[in-house]
Amino acid sequence: MALSRQDVEHIADLARLEIGDDEIADMVAKLSQILGMVAELGAADTSGVEPMAHPLEMAQRLRPDEVTESDHRELYQQNAPDVVDGLYRVPKVIE
Amino acid sequence: MPRPTLAELSRALAAGETSSRELTEAALARIAAGDERLNAFINVCADEALAAAEAADRRRERGEAGPLTGIPIAHKDIFCTAGIATTCGSRMLENFVPPYDATVVQRLADAGVVCVGKTNMDEFAMGSSNETSYYGPVRNPWDVERSPGGSSGGSAAAVAGGLVVAATGTDTGGSIRQPAALCGVTGIKPTYGRVSRWGMIAFASSLDQGGVLALNAEDAAMLLTAMSGFDPRDSTSAEEPVPDYVAALHGELAGRRIGIVREFFDDGLDAGCAAAVREALGVLESQGAELVEVSLPKIGLSVPTYYIVAPAEASSNLSRYDGIRFGYRHPDAATLEELYKLTRKEGFGAEVKRRILTGTYVLSAGYYDAYYLKAQKVRQLIADDFRRAFAEVDLLAGPTVPTPAFRLGEKLDDPVQMYLNDIYTIGANLAGLPAASVPCGFVDGLPVGLQLIAPAFGEALLLNAAHRYQQASDWHHAQPEAG
Repeated sequence: MALSRQDVEHIADLARLEIGDDEIADMVAKLSQILGMVAELGAADTSGVEPMAHPLEMAQRLRPDEVTESDHRELYQQNAPDVVDGLYRVPKVIE
Repeated sequence: MPRPTLAELSRALAAGETSSRELTEAALARIAAGDERLNAFINVCADEALAAAEAADRRRERGEAGPLTGIPIAHKDIFCTAGIATTCGSRMLENFVPPYDATVVQRLADAGVVCVGKTNMDEFAMGSSNETSYYGPVRNPWDVERSPGGSSGGSAAAVAGGLVVAATGTDTGGSIRQPAALCGVTGIKPTYGRVSRWGMIAFASSLDQGGVLALNAEDAAMLLTAMSGFDPRDSTSAEEPVPDYVAALHGELAGRRIGIVREFFDDGLDAGCAAAVREALGVLESQGAELVEVSLPKIGLSVPTYYIVAPAEASSNLSRYDGIRFGYRHPDAATLEELYKLTRKEGFGAEVKRRILTGTYVLSAGYYDAYYLKAQKVRQLIADDFRRAFAEVDLLAGPTVPTPAFRLGEKLDDPVQMYLNDIYTIGANLAGLPAASVPCGFVDGLPVGLQLIAPAFGEALLLNAAHRYQQASDWHHAQPEAG
């Protein structure tokens, strides 16, 4: 499975990841190698097999819809790179 | 003289022969002296450790100590520690100081365990050599030119190198068992859901599981008993009672059937490793276990299955690193889009980027059915293989890793060769099963691991068999020469 440079740039765009000019050739080669390895699965007969949803076949647990957490905004925002008045600041998104 | 085990330190503390302060100071001194050589630690928290040791000693004076109270250990730097930097081996989290403790950290702290520091690891646990860490590779204490394995390589090297008596780890595709094997220590990955994932930085959520690396099965059992159990804050935590794993260590192996996995003794297995593992199986047989050959016909598909499922989940989990709420942020982005892209370009290393892109690709429109859905079907077939095998036997056994520790740099430029290092370990993750690696010999002076796999929630039997083996062998006592 060989990917082109354009394929990798498209995937990187979907993943919101910039790939530098110095990284792209190596990334194209190694991703092609990895996808070549996983392509082995194509030959496996999976007709009539249900895809696994949980390794131990457990169902998702639900809890009552009650408030369990208190407000920790200030504490949590101590890790934020740029905060103003309790809000996260980002570059301008609308003109 | 063999170094003291966790159980021996526990007895010495109970007898008043030593204090937590003394043990903690000694561990910090060993790290200060030995870690320049191994690079097993990303962060050492001496002040917090000494304060916790004092608290443990006071607790003992009050008569409130348990078996783990005052024991210094290390946590893999994937577990959030309140007020102590947690990097996950990444530049992305270089300045991240968690506001809370992971459940594993909290439970061990409640038992009185002292954390001396955070161990090095492959970036976001993605790697089998510890070379993808932003903080530099860990070195194998048996040969510092070689890899300790990964991703819990810092934990394995710290225990093998005698810096700490035990350390926590996580295992998504072999990340506890593979480094345990390559460093000659005992490692156990419990059943999926046995140990809470809350506060354990996510890589692949349907595979990730916390566990321990220790000097022997008894020490691992002591820690696992304290770490395990239901946690309402982890939505996949199992509501299963936790047995006393220490009490279960001594059961007889007579009448137990151990299945030797035929496919694990393939052409890729080093002959010396195969011989060591077969000799270990003979020891289990002499303990009364019955050995039978079993087949897991689809296990050969576990590596390609894993390298679709794990990157897919990783690409989703790692989308949270956006430079806005926490972690690294690129300083010069002009637009929001650029902020995301440049932050992730600079914050992530090459292997993490490969996994994100692989995962994004297999989940993208037009490819989902051919890759992700197909992989989840094959995963079901692999789990069915294990289910059929466990209808016949109590445990499965084989090698942990195909070869002894490889040289640093040897596989770095070939991701597929690196991925194949986990060929015997990935199956247990895909099927959610508990598995352990125990030291079973040496090839050219490098440790070899015996892997044991149990049915879901069979940790007690797993540790029981490992303990019985260690009662009849002394490979786990071997220690590398200090450099």
